[in-house]
Amino acid sequence: MPTIKTQALTHIYSSGTPFKSVAISNVNVEIAQGEFVGLIGHTGSGKSTFVQHLNGLLEPSSGSVLLDGVDINSSKRLKAQARFSVGLVFQYPEYQLFEETVYKDIAFGPKNMKLGKQEIDERVREAAGFVGLPESVFERSPLELSGGQKRRVAIAGVIAMRPSVLVLDEPTAGLDPDGCRSILKNITDYRDATGATIILVSHSMEDVARIADRLIVFHGGSVAMDGTPGEVFSRTEELGRIGLGIPLATELALRLRELGTQVPASCYTVSQLYDAIISLRGGASC
Amino acid sequence: MLKDITLGQYFPGNSLIHRLDPRSKILAVLIYIVALFLAKNALSYALLAAALLVCVAISRVKPAALFKGLKPLLFIVVFTALLNLFYIRTGEVLFSWWKLVITVDGVQTAIFMVLRIVLLVSSTFMLTYTTAPMALTDGLESLLSPLKAFHAPVHEFAMMMSIAMRFIPTLVEEADKIMNAQKARGADFENGRLTERAKALLPLLIPLFVSAFRRADELAVAMESRCYHGGEGRTRLKQLKMAACDWLFLLLSSALVVGVILLKRVTL
Ligand SMILES: Nc1ncnc2c1ncn2[C@@H]1O[C@H](COP(=O)(O)OP(=O)(O)O)[C@@H](O)[C@H]1O
Ligand SMILES: [Mg+2]
Repeated sequence: MPTIKTQALTHIYSSGTPFKSVAISNVNVEIAQGEFVGLIGHTGSGKSTFVQHLNGLLEPSSGSVLLDGVDINSSKRLKAQARFSVGLVFQYPEYQLFEETVYKDIAFGPKNMKLGKQEIDERVREAAGFVGLPESVFERSPLELSGGQKRRVAIAGVIAMRPSVLVLDEPTAGLDPDGCRSILKNITDYRDATGATIILVSHSMEDVARIADRLIVFHGGSVAMDGTPGEVFSRTEELGRIGLGIPLATELALRLRELGTQVPASCYTVSQLYDAIISLRGGASC
Repeated sequence: MLKDITLGQYFPGNSLIHRLDPRSKILAVLIYIVALFLAKNALSYALLAAALLVCVAISRVKPAALFKGLKPLLFIVVFTALLNLFYIRTGEVLFSWWKLVITVDGVQTAIFMVLRIVLLVSSTFMLTYTTAPMALTDGLESLLSPLKAFHAPVHEFAMMMSIAMRFIPTLVEEADKIMNAQKARGADFENGRLTERAKALLPLLIPLFVSAFRRADELAVAMESRCYHGGEGRTRLKQLKMAACDWLFLLLSSALVVGVILLKRVTL
């Protein structure tokens, strides 16, 4: 049974006013338990709008969102449940921090779930561990941390609810390359440890291609492509037309293949490509 | 949901009314309000209502938008109507029961008062619906500029107002975002007792204030790095200019006042 299924999902902002805009239209997507999905699209293609439907923050203008086969908008109770089972980390989540201490901020979600003190403590420590926050920052104010650390606190605040689906909206936006890499590593670690479904939103191919099992490409409010990274990247021209590039290493690999070299097309990073080329030469390193 | 606030909202358009100089629109509204307070009989109210309807029609502002703006005032309107209806005891008695007496004068005054409030509010709404906020503050600054002679900080006041207006939508959007982010962590802004709901606002208000201060700081730096130093000697990209139709518009508005004064003598 798929964890998440959307049927003809459409959302229109400010409908009935001169400012009305159709953000997504007729989106049909099925995401199974445990999948790692990368959601890619140009700015304004409707990614954020789409993911806010998954935990019931936005209500569809038409169509429906099914979680384990039930429409989450059919009752208040189901919607509240979806809030906790689908954890959503917003874009620039550090702007939502508000508590006096890091510990209290991470505990905000679990506290809203009405868990016991013991349980909350356990979850806060576990979540902080997943994002690599040392216990020494627990008693500091979240506002005085560095940008990267603030973001970790915000992500931990959602992970602490132990959602079975974790959705992250551009979690690496505005971070330096090191910060990017380590946050993406935290996310894969979390997936490996818990088996949660992950939906990672990004406008950059380089980020998600390496770690996602499946890519869904949004364009102009609807799904333009849906498949494994290999399948999606083989449509380079089409991707170019909708303003998305493929990772440089992949492009190089594809060109080499055109020239008759046997490198696999599934190279997404320079080091993967390097290894592939080395192994082609019989493992002899130079 | 927060976006539904209409107060001072601008509906972009390109009608004759939209294109008028903001100063003539501000003055026309003031003149219209004077006319409203001079109006004493049915004919003059009819004249004023007709004038406003013509403006609404020309501007192509949807009447529904005006009604939406009036909705928050429903209570005051009803309250005023009832007060006048029951407290005025002069004139022919139409209906009386126990201590309640309704007279012809009461009914008439109630209708006039309701009309007065509705027309007053609608005319100011028409001003903000058809004038971009920036044009409105420019117009105000220009109209108030004689006060500069008395060292009133007119330019600073107008600048503050335009910045405030510019940032209302930004802050509303930001509040919406933060609210959603906290809801995603299970925050509940809608249920619970009053004290609980007030407390539930903290996760919204604290980040909102933090970001408002951050924005203010960034804006100040950005303005200073572009050499902003107040209004002295500053010129404008868009000069306000009164055109023939602006003077005509003001003339017509003034004609309304004269019309209302003349109509005072007419008795039906
Ligand atoms: N709160 C909103 N009100 C009105 N329009 C919006 C709002 N949020 C997004 N939109 C519009 O919906 C479209 C999709 O936006 P979004 O979902 O944020 O795209 P993405 O996350 O892919 O950049 C854009 O055209 C955007 O202008
Ligand atoms: Mg987005």
